[in-house]
Amino acid sequence: MSFFDYLFLFGGMGLVTYLPRWLPLVYLAHRQLPKWLIDWLSMIPVAILCALLAPILFTDQAARSLELGKPEFLVAIPTLLFAVKTKSLGGTVLVGMGLYWLSGFLSI
Amino acid sequence: MIGRKEMHKQAMEKDKTLPKMQGWFRDGAMASWPICFGYIPIGLALGVLANQAEIPTWAVAMMSILVFAGSAQFICVAMLAAGSGVWAIIFTTFVVNLRHFLMSSALAVHLGGLQRMFLSFFAYGITDESFAVNMTQFRKTNWDHKRAITVNQLANMAWVTSTVCGALIGQFIPTGAFGTDYALTAMFLALLLFQLHDAIYVITGLTALGIATAWYLFIPGDSYVIGSSVLAASIGYYLKRYREKKR
Repeated sequence: MSFFDYLFLFGGMGLVTYLPRWLPLVYLAHRQLPKWLIDWLSMIPVAILCALLAPILFTDQAARSLELGKPEFLVAIPTLLFAVKTKSLGGTVLVGMGLYWLSGFLSI
Repeated sequence: MIGRKEMHKQAMEKDKTLPKMQGWFRDGAMASWPICFGYIPIGLALGVLANQAEIPTWAVAMMSILVFAGSAQFICVAMLAAGSGVWAIIFTTFVVNLRHFLMSSALAVHLGGLQRMFLSFFAYGITDESFAVNMTQFRKTNWDHKRAITVNQLANMAWVTSTVCGALIGQFIPTGAFGTDYALTAMFLALLLFQLHDAIYVITGLTALGIATAWYLFIPGDSYVIGSSVLAASIGYYLKRYREKKR
């Protein structure tokens, strides 16, 4: 890909990422969203994070088939417990990485 | 004076919810370090993956500056490696990053009365992480726009720097070294946990996990992200409304 191919791709990605970040901030600052929309939107972060995590934790992504008890899922349990205990984003990332790295040696 | 200092120290230890405010840059830096720290392994991992997908280093820098959205950038690298088309990648990015709409709306409450120029610049730095940190600070302290944008921009600098470093030294790091493959998953897990405010959110999350797994297994493509999110959020919303009516 050439410089302009990348510029077009990343510029497009940047634009569609920027718009939802920008529009509410600039136009909704002093307006009240309807309550049903706020309530519905408040469920979106949890739902999206779970949707992104589901295939990683429960499926073989190469074969696109169900795989229960894979290392990604087993490591997630102590990682989550660490996050509950410390509420630390950076720490949880490091602990999760370390445990996943170790799980490679244990070949669980 | 020493006695007063001691008293102040004791008061601070007693009530950690009201920390003493320092300069705006210092406060912003103190609040953003967990984000920056968390971004380093993720940014390095992204750079490494981009390197392996034969994306040049300058393009990695361009992507991190123009897009600045971790998960979308990972998906982009994976889709480029898989030979996906430009429009498919842009559309997926749009869908994956639509969630910022809610975060921007919630932040607008705390950033009212500020100039559009400032808000337009601030919007660039809204991420899952900066949102979570800034909203917590706005709720707990006398947080202001200067401190908040410091968090955004320091996180942005850490992200751009670490992705470029990953691309530069990526060739010297074997795949999956030190568990970098798991950095994004661990970040999602922590962010998910921070979002579980009450039982309805837990049910919504479990519903999303179930629907997304089934959707992913039976329907090809990446529609499972938005499809299962919308379904699970709607179920969660109706549960919440049902609970409020019952009260």
